[in-house]
Amino acid sequence: MSLTDAQPDGASPELSGAEIVIQALVDEGVELVFGYPGGAVLHIYDALFKQGSLKHILVRHEQAAAHAADGYARATGHCGVCLVTSGPGATNAVTGIATAYMDSIPMVVLTGQVPTPFIGSDAFQEVDTVGITRPCVKHNFLVKDVRDLALTIRKAFHIATTGRPGPVVVDIPKDVTDPNIRIPYVYPREIKLRSYNPVEKGHLGQIRKAVDLMLAAKRPVFYTGGGVVLGDGSAQLTELVKATGFPITSTLMGLGAFPMTDPQFLGMLGMHGTYEANMAMHETDVLIAIGARFDDRVTGKIEHFCPHARIIHIDVDPSSIAKNVKVDVPIVGQVASVLADMLRLYREQQPKSPANALDDWWAKIGEWRALNCLKYPANPEAIKPQFAVETLYKVTNGELYLASDVGQHQMFAAQFYPFDKPRRWINSGGLGTMGYGLPAAIGAQLAHPEAQVACISGDASILMCIQELATCQQYRLPIKVVLLNNGYMGMVRQWQELFYESRYSHSYVDALPDFVKLAESFGHVGMRVERPEHLEDAMREAFAMRDRFVFLDVIVDPTENVYPMIAAGKGHHEMQLSPSHSDRELA
Amino acid sequence: MRHIIAVLLENEAGALSRVAGLFSARGYNIESLTVAPTDDPTLSRMTLVTTGNDEIVEQIKKQLNKLIDTVKLVDLSEGDHIEREMMMVKVRAERPDREELKRLVDIFRAKIIDVTDVSYVIELTGASRKLDAFIDALPEGLIIEVVRSGPTGIARGAKGLTL
Repeated sequence: MSLTDAQPDGASPELSGAEIVIQALVDEGVELVFGYPGGAVLHIYDALFKQGSLKHILVRHEQAAAHAADGYARATGHCGVCLVTSGPGATNAVTGIATAYMDSIPMVVLTGQVPTPFIGSDAFQEVDTVGITRPCVKHNFLVKDVRDLALTIRKAFHIATTGRPGPVVVDIPKDVTDPNIRIPYVYPREIKLRSYNPVEKGHLGQIRKAVDLMLAAKRPVFYTGGGVVLGDGSAQLTELVKATGFPITSTLMGLGAFPMTDPQFLGMLGMHGTYEANMAMHETDVLIAIGARFDDRVTGKIEHFCPHARIIHIDVDPSSIAKNVKVDVPIVGQVASVLADMLRLYREQQPKSPANALDDWWAKIGEWRALNCLKYPANPEAIKPQFAVETLYKVTNGELYLASDVGQHQMFAAQFYPFDKPRRWINSGGLGTMGYGLPAAIGAQLAHPEAQVACISGDASILMCIQELATCQQYRLPIKVVLLNNGYMGMVRQWQELFYESRYSHSYVDALPDFVKLAESFGHVGMRVERPEHLEDAMREAFAMRDRFVFLDVIVDPTENVYPMIAAGKGHHEMQLSPSHSDRELA
Repeated sequence: MRHIIAVLLENEAGALSRVAGLFSARGYNIESLTVAPTDDPTLSRMTLVTTGNDEIVEQIKKQLNKLIDTVKLVDLSEGDHIEREMMMVKVRAERPDREELKRLVDIFRAKIIDVTDVSYVIELTGASRKLDAFIDALPEGLIIEVVRSGPTGIARGAKGLTL
């Protein structure tokens, strides 16, 4: 049933504001809304109750509503949508909104607001949502008149999903959704904003300049980021990298845009990237940065960043270009479109360059690779977290949609679970939000009901949104949580060990719950593994339960650290390898 | 270097706070900011004066352009332009000083727009540096209050910052 069904002879239906909200979402093609009801959105929830085309997922905390919508968006490329009430509903959602903002995730957040006559009076559950969210949204709106509602929602989706995507908040006072005020409803299909015209095509002259640089390069590297995933440029990127034969590295956010098991892939770069990726960055003469933003976790000390390189930077957002690092050839445009043009121009020129021109460069990279920088000591007594991720990869054939929380487990997953497809790796890279993983997995599982979805987490992160175990039970979501349980806030502990002379200030979690019983109390299956030799069987057993949520508590070596590592303030060539690498190997 | 940037903004609630928020969130300098609706009531024109090296000013312009409410932007300092700022100064104007103040007002082509037995309000328009010079020229201890509008500007020549 649609709200607009019962209209004679094509006249615009008369809808209330609450019904307009629902119908606009339906007309926008939205399938799922993640939300939590409350006073200011009761009219909207009542309209939701009376219709049948839009599915609502009830989370247990508004932060999770935003994270789940975000996870859904990352797993599909569609716009995530959430609906929360005013005041605490909106403030709880802010962490999720900021998370989406930092990683440029398309999302529309509908927040209830107190009725317009009460705005500014410190009314019950009133906050200045537009003011609070302003620094962490792409744009936001306060709708003061029901006649502006449909157009504003259309604008919100347009802005959220085009250009460099991002979250858009639409704050809707309760009186605007009054069920007794009905107006003709027309949903605008086409929209033009005179102040907002994102660039599509890249400048051909600039692309030609870039191709000339690439053809003359002796030690080129592709450095790709989340923008390739967001801009659906994975196919074009893969073709270009294959055509050039250049090595490629990726940021945490870009993993999977190019197949990570391909020999041209050097692994992730940056603070916990591979030795070969970071050394290649240090030695490269032509760097091709695509949909990446030169984050401090990637560049290390800016003064030491790519000291020999001419830099090409492709990005849809002009303000990302030359923000942290000077660029020689800036190209503003949609990644997929620019890469297609680049590939065409490259192919026109290619015959001029000899086929073996990169042999020396690959030989050099081979030497760095031979160091095997991710090597870790085997331990027959304790489960190494690296081993746990490797086993997870083996058991799931690398096919997971893997949502992650934040910390050591996130880095281990990035290092040891090579994704061959985009949108499989779902993590909070920019904001680094602990608690993101489980709700994001909910969004991914709902987006892909038949796919295997897992959440890799730590004992500290998982507790930050643990209430979502109830949501998973309500919707029978067969997510697998793989908890790397070391009893510490592992990354905090690691930094305290390395930089604070092992003063473990408040990083030891002294009162962990029994996660097996906890999962069982929510109606899930809980399992615990403590021995390395039991791990694979346990994981196989867990993933064989296709219709159950399984919480796998993996007790890991409590003091393992993430290596290699570039300490803050160091350059790419100053990597610290794990203690299992002898000094001789380093030299 | 000092830059004077003119921005056409959608005349929407909150547009000004987006600009102000951008400057504070990213730690940019802002010397002055003026804003008012234009002849087209759907547009506001903002003039802001900021300082920074070339890279920072380039980022400021990009970030301003990125705001959804920004329709158009021009860095007036990049070309020939005219800058004007308006100032009103309330000064103590008692008998021995009145003549001297009058002379200064004439020299600077200012106007006295309010008079009492003991005070003048002087209005002066010009480039910001001229306003500074007037303040410096006033005899010491006479200033009661200074109010300045912040500079606005317009490019020389026939081309305009319009839609």
